[in-house]
Amino acid sequence: MIATHINRPGTLSWFAGHEFSLFWRDFMRMMSAGKPGRERRVYIAIFTAAALLHLLAYGMLRPALEAGIVADKTSFVVITGTMALIFSLMMSQALEMVTRVFYARSDLDLILSSPTSIKRLFAVRVGTIAVSTTMLSLLIFAPAINVLVWFDGPQWLAGYPLLFCLGFVVTSLSLAITIALFNTVGAKRTRTIAQIVAAIVGASFIIGIQLAAISSIGSISRIEFFTSTQVQELVPNMDSFVWLPARALMGEVSSIALMTIGSLGIIAVSIRVFSDKFGERVLAASSFSGATTVQKSHTSLFKRRSVNAHLRHKEWRLLLRDHWLISQTLMQILYLLPPAFMLWQGFGGAGVLDVVVVPVLVMATGQLAGGLAWLAISGEDAPDLVSTAPIAPSAIVRAKVEAVLGAIFMVTSPILMVLFYMDVRLALIATTHILIAAASATLVQLWFKTQAERSNFRRRQTSSKVATFAEAFSSILWAGTAGLVAVGSWFAVIPALLAITVLLIARSFRSRES
Amino acid sequence: MKKALSVRGLFKTFDRPAVNDLNLEVRAGEFYALLGPNGAGKTTSLRMVSGLLDPDAGSISIFDIDTKKDPIAAKAITAWVSDEPMIYDRLTPFEYLDFVAGLWNIPPEQARVKSTELLEWLQLAPHGHERCEGFSKGMRQKVALAGALVHDPKLIILDEPLTGLDAGSARLVKDVLQKRVADGCTVIMTTHILEVAERMADRIGVIADGRLIAEGTLDELSKAAGDNGGNLEEIFLSLVAESSDQIADAA
Repeated sequence: MIATHINRPGTLSWFAGHEFSLFWRDFMRMMSAGKPGRERRVYIAIFTAAALLHLLAYGMLRPALEAGIVADKTSFVVITGTMALIFSLMMSQALEMVTRVFYARSDLDLILSSPTSIKRLFAVRVGTIAVSTTMLSLLIFAPAINVLVWFDGPQWLAGYPLLFCLGFVVTSLSLAITIALFNTVGAKRTRTIAQIVAAIVGASFIIGIQLAAISSIGSISRIEFFTSTQVQELVPNMDSFVWLPARALMGEVSSIALMTIGSLGIIAVSIRVFSDKFGERVLAASSFSGATTVQKSHTSLFKRRSVNAHLRHKEWRLLLRDHWLISQTLMQILYLLPPAFMLWQGFGGAGVLDVVVVPVLVMATGQLAGGLAWLAISGEDAPDLVSTAPIAPSAIVRAKVEAVLGAIFMVTSPILMVLFYMDVRLALIATTHILIAAASATLVQLWFKTQAERSNFRRRQTSSKVATFAEAFSSILWAGTAGLVAVGSWFAVIPALLAITVLLIARSFRSRES
Repeated sequence: MKKALSVRGLFKTFDRPAVNDLNLEVRAGEFYALLGPNGAGKTTSLRMVSGLLDPDAGSISIFDIDTKKDPIAAKAITAWVSDEPMIYDRLTPFEYLDFVAGLWNIPPEQARVKSTELLEWLQLAPHGHERCEGFSKGMRQKVALAGALVHDPKLIILDEPLTGLDAGSARLVKDVLQKRVADGCTVIMTTHILEVAERMADRIGVIADGRLIAEGTLDELSKAAGDNGGNLEEIFLSLVAESSDQIADAA
């Protein structure tokens, strides 16, 4: 009888069950790369990843655990800073999800045309965002909480409800930002701007802290920055309200209660306030699909070019016109800001150029090349057209690789030029390794070529886990090689050989899959 | 008569055989309609002809050019239009046609004139400099069709080109295709709209379970179906049912 009541169509619990089922299937599809019958492998992969993350968390927390964690100002600063980092990542995720609530057409037409309560649907969707944002952050941060509970005491269990509190707050804030954008810039631009904001928010805190650390203490380390005397002198006293989240995380019951009540109140008010015009906004979002964008400049049309030039031109044109894609690829470029800032600050003489700037440049451009290569190689929106054109497949691939390398050159050349001015040897090392890292990432994308829409850029990692790891590890290893070559160490051979091994393994996997 | 397309012993298997010993000939300057129930192998066959899929076995020649030996020469005289128009949302129709002309190496001056003509003909000229992202399905299909025509192909292959088009757009597409055939171009089209095949096609091929089960003019198909004097719908259903019975008996 109770079950019948809970599952009665149209009720909150019925909607919630439906949403959870969709979320779970989407998650499993993402984890299994959309291939059926892989559930067992997914569970094994999750278990293995969880074990590794616990080991990693232990490694990172061991110094603090050995020194003993006490509720002092230093601990409060480190905890609050880390929570701000988690907050920015969750905020980015929630903003992305909130825009989908308004713009994803998959089932909204069906639900909005049915005689069910739109407010109820909105409440469930917002609740789902809060919970799924929290669940995704738990995947990353739960190992750290567990390690702290195991080695320092159960008070750290407060981390779990605290992450849910953050989930409620970021969802409410994301909702408020999206609605504010709807009201100010209109439905047409809201999605793009919200997604760009999401991308920037996700990277801004960590980069901001690095920039602050470089300018104040001359180091890129966050922990060194948080524990520095400059920061300790600047932050408020121990009894300040600012430390409420830190107190809650360290197990202070009154702070946990206050955070929980506050965050639940915020999300309840958000749902109440914003649900009224949900239907109207969804309709506004759907109506802009018929809007037109007129290209004013036609001067580059019908010019004599080679086929390669046509293909390169098309790739660059598509990339430049897609603001969302630019924001996603810029995420990787944002990480170049701290080393660029270091160059500008003139830390070159202090050995920072070779140890920090060169490896970060190589790693970031390797990742950037991977993203661009995916767009050019797999994210072709008219694959039939290109495949039926009278061009050799190798020529198409060559043109696309040239387009990727051209974009990489545009992005990295300003920093490399400064580096050449400061230290020619290091600039040559950086340029060589940037080319190798970019070529490696592009090769991986060529081996694991799939057919996908460009709008699936954020989910490109799901098509092949081997490709994702190979791309990431090769970038990291080439960055390590560059750093060691820069300091003149023969140990550079080791990461270089490992990078080649990673690529060979990836290639063998590709052969097996094909 | 010269052959525009010659397919011999074509096979393609995915989870199950999709194309099973297909033999097909289309004459130059002919409007050929390929009919068949869902999953019969029409799209797979035409994707192999267009060079989008490699056959497991068999040979394909387009105007006597073996597509395996010289795929580039075969592609240079062929155009493919799929049922879901694949165009670039962030390009305008003019930019799209400029890109297509570049791929087929058409001189820019010729491409400019041709593109303007085509967009006017397809009533897309007022939208020529608007990005395709806001276009309806019909407009997108017309842009894709313009892309197929901008390089003056000798053989145009269309997979369900009229699906989802309104009456006006469908009429326009049909007129464009008929004009092309009148100018000597060969058109091969799959469709589920039997009236279109009945009215437009010189010859009709019926495919079921990956094989060509009947082919000819409407009269020839009628005779093959037992000369019951019915329309194409009755003939088609009769032929497909007969083929299914034969397969069931053989099994």
